Amino acid sequence: MGMTISQKILAKKSNKKEVKAGEIVLADVDLAFANDITAPIAIDFVKRLGVDLFDKDKVALIPDHFTPNKDINSANQCKLMRDFVKERNLPHYWETGEVGIEHALLPEQGFIKPGMLVVGADSHTCTHGALGAFATGMGSTDVGFAFATGKSWFRVPSSIKINYSGKRKRWVGGKDLILYTIGKIGVAGALYKSLEFIGEAIRNLPMEDRLTMCNMAIEAGAKNGIVEPDNITVEYLKEKGVLPDQYEIIKSDDDADYDEIIDIDVDDVAPQVAFPHLPENAIAVDDIKEDIKIDQAFIGSCTNGRISDLREAARVLKNNRVAKYVRLIIIPATVEVYKQALKEGLFDIFLEAGAVVSTPTCGPCLGGYMGILADGEVCISTSNRNFVGRMGSKKAFVYLSSPAVAAASAVAGRIVHPDEVVK
Amino acid sequence: MIFKGKVFKYGDNVDTDVIIPARYLNTSDPEELAKHCMEDIDENFVKNVKAGDIIVAGENFGSGSSREHAPIAIKASGIACVVAKSFARIFYRNSFNIGLPILESNVVDFVEYGDEIEVDTQKGTIKLLKNDKIFKSSVIPEFMVQLIESGGLFGYAKKLLNL
Repeated sequence: MGMTISQKILAKKSNKKEVKAGEIVLADVDLAFANDITAPIAIDFVKRLGVDLFDKDKVALIPDHFTPNKDINSANQCKLMRDFVKERNLPHYWETGEVGIEHALLPEQGFIKPGMLVVGADSHTCTHGALGAFATGMGSTDVGFAFATGKSWFRVPSSIKINYSGKRKRWVGGKDLILYTIGKIGVAGALYKSLEFIGEAIRNLPMEDRLTMCNMAIEAGAKNGIVEPDNITVEYLKEKGVLPDQYEIIKSDDDADYDEIIDIDVDDVAPQVAFPHLPENAIAVDDIKEDIKIDQAFIGSCTNGRISDLREAARVLKNNRVAKYVRLIIIPATVEVYKQALKEGLFDIFLEAGAVVSTPTCGPCLGGYMGILADGEVCISTSNRNFVGRMGSKKAFVYLSSPAVAAASAVAGRIVHPDEVVK
Repeated sequence: MIFKGKVFKYGDNVDTDVIIPARYLNTSDPEELAKHCMEDIDENFVKNVKAGDIIVAGENFGSGSSREHAPIAIKASGIACVVAKSFARIFYRNSFNIGLPILESNVVDFVEYGDEIEVDTQKGTIKLLKNDKIFKSSVIPEFMVQLIESGGLFGYAKKLLNL
């Protein structure tokens, strides 16, 4: 019996010829990272062991959640992290002014390569599967263990293959495909499993959209999301200065076993919105029957804060104005995205439209700071979760969408299809 | 291990944001986190929970964030054990790593908030004390038992590194 791409990577990293779903392996990790919320506990783990990090070049510490620091406690958390980085002389650390959201920053800076085994103390580590790596989120203790030993244990997952055929409609991107998919399989639809995204529509999907799709694999409960490397992968890596001799392309065997194969014809997928309070509550924007007035729109996060997302938002916002009493918050995910958007004149469009633009941070997505919702307020967000209390008050309502739908809704003051705003 | 306590019952998809909202994640102190445990799903939880009580829930408990602060908050609040139909993967690992026992069972369909139950983690049984009915649960997997026996992930790391 053949193996899936995920199984092949786990087999290789645990020095086995073959692994089977359900088996537990101890594997060598190629990159382990943590952020300002999760690093303190991982650092404490390493300090208590009293050891060096397994390999300084394979560890990254990224202060992105509550930075620039929102209060004294978060400043202390970052200081702890910074002091550790200084003390151990760690090379992969980014200070405010250079830091971006970890899952946008690491691929952008060429850290993620096909065939790698990546663990991060953040659930959205699954994002990196878009580059053909096995990448999964864990807790701080697990990542502390990886920092110290260079290893992590895994229960080898079985996989669900999702085969996307057809051609995307205008305004339909990776975010719509993944919201549609989670709507179909549910938030526990891939619990403990891998989600493998394949098919003609994936082969035609730009890398940034693939990153968005893999980002939300965890929202279906999946251990990892993964896309087999292809020409788009190779080209993306080349742009980041990563050449083919620096990585190995691994693909699923033809006779690999899948729990399920789900076919999705993307011709049927329209721009999506996920209703409160679960990402699986996805429906086509056109099918919304009632007027959903919004108080806030947020474009950013590790899901949709990349340059293609900001370009899409700009296409909608150009010569438009955010509705009265609506706040539109736009946050480029990294400094590079910020600089590129500035260069392309996107900020002029955003500011003319009445949006506020911030320095890179995870802040609003998790209700950390900047853009906290009041009781009863409604927000449309390009982030990945719309749980109760996720963005502030537990009495607030968060809808999830693509940047185009969020931008159009900010202009209309209610949730609309981008075509309603862009004629 | 045998736990006997009062049931705090919840439904499906109890996520880490309601277990411990991100607004409190500017600390890792268990006592501080425990003060806000379950706050966004059950404002009476902290007031009513006593050491030894048990959370019983539906599918996909602990979904969402990788924050270890979630099982830490639950453990520090006094909860002895969580029984759910299924757990989110990261929450499952985190719970073992920090020493919060968790078991899979569908007992949630048969108990009320406030019922008393007795959980036997070795036998994989849950007894509902009001009518002495016995339900089956998963048992702790062998690898997890080994992890716990080597002193959790910390002890396992020491063994691996010959410390």
